[in-house]
Amino acid sequence: MSAESGSNRRPETGAFFQRDRTWHPPALTPNYKTSILRSPQKALLAFDNTLSEISGPVFGHAMLGELDADLIHNFARPGESALGERIIVHGRVLDERGAGMPGVLLEFWQANAGGRYRHKKDGYLAPLDPNFGGCGRAITGEDGGYAFRTVKPGPYPWPNGPNDWRPSHIHFSVFGHGFAQRLITQMYFEGDPLIWHCPIARGIPDKAAIETLIAALDMQATIPFDARAYKFDIVLRGRRSSLFENRLEGN
Amino acid sequence: MAQSLDRLKESPSQTAGPYVHIGLTPNFCGIGGVYATDLGATMVNDKTRGERIGLRIRVLDGTGTTLKDALIEIWQADADGLYNSPAEMRGAADPNFLGWGRCPTDMETGLCTFETIKPGRVPFRDGRLMAPHITLWIVARGINLGLHTRLYFSDEEKANAEDPILARLEHRVRVPTLIAERKSDTYVFDVHLQGEKETVFFDS
Repeated sequence: MSAESGSNRRPETGAFFQRDRTWHPPALTPNYKTSILRSPQKALLAFDNTLSEISGPVFGHAMLGELDADLIHNFARPGESALGERIIVHGRVLDERGAGMPGVLLEFWQANAGGRYRHKKDGYLAPLDPNFGGCGRAITGEDGGYAFRTVKPGPYPWPNGPNDWRPSHIHFSVFGHGFAQRLITQMYFEGDPLIWHCPIARGIPDKAAIETLIAALDMQATIPFDARAYKFDIVLRGRRSSLFENRLEGN
Repeated sequence: MAQSLDRLKESPSQTAGPYVHIGLTPNFCGIGGVYATDLGATMVNDKTRGERIGLRIRVLDGTGTTLKDALIEIWQADADGLYNSPAEMRGAADPNFLGWGRCPTDMETGLCTFETIKPGRVPFRDGRLMAPHITLWIVARGINLGLHTRLYFSDEEKANAEDPILARLEHRVRVPTLIAERKSDTYVFDVHLQGEKETVFFDS
């Protein structure tokens, strides 16, 4: 493979910064009941990254289809479009050093405008939209930028407590340059009061950390008479410079 | 006050939730026509070098119940121990093997199956060879941060015995939680999220 994801940058081979596990939700968050039986209880085995964690595959822009970043149309019948509030979601993927990351594969999925997922496990009474599938993907450009078009997902009830509702959210799977950067997270919307009632969002201990998952309404990026915009930046683990480190064997 | 280090914080993780298939394997859950195929569904072709093997992986919760809504990704070296990655500086990996695969657990049986090749050995940081292994990343509803572990091979006893990561395990009784059992051409591996047989998960 040539330089990382078609970029002219020299490939980086440093290990990743230690993950701050107090910033992430702990494995066990009892108010989110499913975590109780699915959370490891023993100590994790800690070690500095080997090549198995430092390396990762490259996904080329060639794999993308024309409508992959357009959820309003990528499942719709010809000439039709998904129902709901039209929005653009855009932002950058950065690493903890603040550098934009090119070639990052982003995959997103969400409920439709009524809060219903196109999935056999979802029995919510809100109807499916025949023109909305709910998935899309993009690969970041040279500066780490990405954008996609969709409809704003609706909040929905879920069987956790007797009356729990998920805030409007979009799921993001983020595939960086090293397998140890692999991350799944959720984007919330500025001003949604349900965020502060949600056992999944509130599983993150630090309010400041939750706020980093709330996309800001971005009036400058709206398209007048068409779609509002939300800006959502994502940060992946940073790498140490390998300049003064003993090189991995063969490097 | 000293200067700011100007570092950002990693975006906090959130669970993949019960509908992870919509985003990562839409064809698997009946959303056709958006992507031609699900990414990571096929790992080898006719020209891929190396010994063909299958992996049969299950993920079990604290009651021993098999998860039917998990998703596993694997990352491995090629038959010569080279990663198909820009971070691989030792040589060019097999162009017919990306080394990455993705599989949702079956909605009825909970079984996750990969058709791949047995990886070669990759050096540890100090140059010693690690035993052949495959890196696993597991997400599901109820898992707040993706779980990272490795699958080692039962028929690599000598290599496993000198593996620098396995050697770090203080409680030797837990080593077998990382070793898949060979049955003909297939390796069987159970990931236990909790309990006496809890799999060793990594912080790396």
